[in-house]
Amino acid sequence: MSSSSASLPTFVASCFIHQGKLVVNGNVVFSSKAPVESFFTELYILSGANYPKFYKMDAQSQLAFLCAEFLLKDNTVKDTSPFDWSVVLSCANSSNDTDIKYWENARQAPSPAAFVYTLPNVMLGEICIRHGFKGENSCFIFNTFDTAFQVNYVNSLLEKRAKVCVHGWVNFFKEEYAAFLFLTVNNGETEGELHSPELINKTISNYAGID
Amino acid sequence: MPAAVYIVGRGVISALGDDLCGNRQSLLQSQAGIKAITRLNTRYSEILPAAEVPYSNEKLAEMADMPVNTTRTALLSMIAAKEAFDSFNLPDKLNYRAGFISANTVGGMDKTEDFMKEFAVDTTKGKLHDVIHHDCGAATELVAEKLGITEVVTTISTACSSAANAMIYAARLIRNGYLDWAIAGGTDALSRFTINGFNSLMILDNELCRPFDDTRKGLNLGEGAGYVVLASEKIVALLAQQPTVKLSGFANANDAYHQTASSPEGRGNFDAMSGALAEAGLQPSDIDYINLHGTGTANNDSSEGIAISRLFGSDLPYLSSTKTYTGHTLAACGGIEAIYSTLAIEEGAVFPNLRFQHQMKELEFEPQTNLLEGKEIRHVLSNSFGFGGNCTSLIFSKVN
Amino acid sequence: MQELINTLKQQIVEQLNLKHIKPEEIGDDQPLFVDGLGLDSIDALELIVLLQQKYGIKLANPEEGPKVFHTVRALAEFITANQKK
Repeated sequence: MSSSSASLPTFVASCFIHQGKLVVNGNVVFSSKAPVESFFTELYILSGANYPKFYKMDAQSQLAFLCAEFLLKDNTVKDTSPFDWSVVLSCANSSNDTDIKYWENARQAPSPAAFVYTLPNVMLGEICIRHGFKGENSCFIFNTFDTAFQVNYVNSLLEKRAKVCVHGWVNFFKEEYAAFLFLTVNNGETEGELHSPELINKTISNYAGID
Repeated sequence: MPAAVYIVGRGVISALGDDLCGNRQSLLQSQAGIKAITRLNTRYSEILPAAEVPYSNEKLAEMADMPVNTTRTALLSMIAAKEAFDSFNLPDKLNYRAGFISANTVGGMDKTEDFMKEFAVDTTKGKLHDVIHHDCGAATELVAEKLGITEVVTTISTACSSAANAMIYAARLIRNGYLDWAIAGGTDALSRFTINGFNSLMILDNELCRPFDDTRKGLNLGEGAGYVVLASEKIVALLAQQPTVKLSGFANANDAYHQTASSPEGRGNFDAMSGALAEAGLQPSDIDYINLHGTGTANNDSSEGIAISRLFGSDLPYLSSTKTYTGHTLAACGGIEAIYSTLAIEEGAVFPNLRFQHQMKELEFEPQTNLLEGKEIRHVLSNSFGFGGNCTSLIFSKVN
Repeated sequence: MQELINTLKQQIVEQLNLKHIKPEEIGDDQPLFVDGLGLDSIDALELIVLLQQKYGIKLANPEEGPKVFHTVRALAEFITANQKK
């Protein structure tokens, strides 16, 4: 990997899952009024992923999995090794939704399968296992998505330590959820807009304007 | 070579002691802090040993100078972070761009689980005030506020690699000119939630743990907090006392294998260790001591041992797990063990891997079983491997 | 024994959240781990919980798991042999 690459981080793709909608690269791909558990199952089936482990994940990991699945569906990034791929996520409620569910069961019999998900970064693990990503990964806790922080962090990572980053926000708490992931690349070959706070904010506003 | 980041302050509280001095003493006297549970109200108090900090919340609140209903995670954090802050002798330090990067996984669970116990039975019971600091970020913010740090305040939560990752992030902020100095590390308090959860995974030992022993049965949980103060060369030039240790390399990688288990050959572990060496511009033969992640579980120790064999071959440094002293302090372990790594360099010591008896069949080496002193320890590799496949290695080096 | 086997299949699907599988699709002698149903180490722990909760049998050593849980039939035989009356 060239350490003096003059290329800049390029924004390539986005995926939003929120309020019963799946929006990929600005287009509403699917929407549903089903309750959240059924909605996630519908998305899973729509994704065509043959991955039964999906059903064992907690809700937040399922959300992260699905968002990454659709983000990377038509991935055209070439010539990368697993170590070139990094994942950076933020959330507000950590793993609290699962913590509560685990706790409620734990009074009878603690469930090991539930306990496994009482950490916010396991959702990153699920993405990495699914796609074989071995590069750097980190999970931050913020009250709300901090665009400046995220863009800065990711661009910094892409300067020397990674060529591709799957990053964004995934949060699930008490049936309320929001996930948006972005794919940003720095390999000198991919075409797209410069990854910047302005672009990310515009992407988020565009999403918010979709009915 | 990337710019050096120096250790210019340290603070720690664990079952080994209330501060750096107490911890150093216990380490040098081979005095472990793992025993029967006396403080936490749990059905496992007769069954599972743990390394508790031997103070009630009331006593910790007094030591931390915080309200008595503060969460235990925040109290431990405050005590260690304050020691680190006070040990950093930069005049007018708050006039510089300072950060607080803290890690935890438990958050305010110690208070929440007590609240839930009452609330679950009767929704008019339980004090809501006890749960306002439940989330992981609250502990960080309470401590940052009390110390007066504002420039960058954030929380990392990546299981057992959390504090190590916090140090990486702080180092990068300093190297890239966003901060002049930062306090980085982690904290976690023992809770019923954690004990019950780990017990359901059947990876707890009901006796004192024996990491890297062929007959090991699991880990013992611990609690505590450990923070280092990291600073740039520019800041170091202003100090009366020059630092003796720097953070010279680090790397993070994902094992991409399983939610909680490591791949049998420890691929993620290998990637993190080799990445840290590359970043530091060092060869495996430059490492004098490895502070192992060494939890005592069948899976971790085997994977970590195999990865080390692959990386170091037959030219192995000294190795030991200080979790044989402190138990597994979860999010805090990267911070506490970073401090122990700096002590190894300063003291020229290798702390023993306690209670070791049988070499692991799949390995061709044993950890260090008795205390060594008077050794030249120039570079220490510290491993922290977390659930979710999150693997981090840090390298600490003696300043010439 | 067959009744226990059928009940176990139901319980396994519920306990392990195997939403993509119907109980009757699990073979009596189908390997549950690695091949066959493809369960993993966390699933094994959940089955240990199931043994405890539903049948009062405590499996103290998780390493016995692969043998005890090898197939549904093996599990049914183990329960029959060990269940406290």
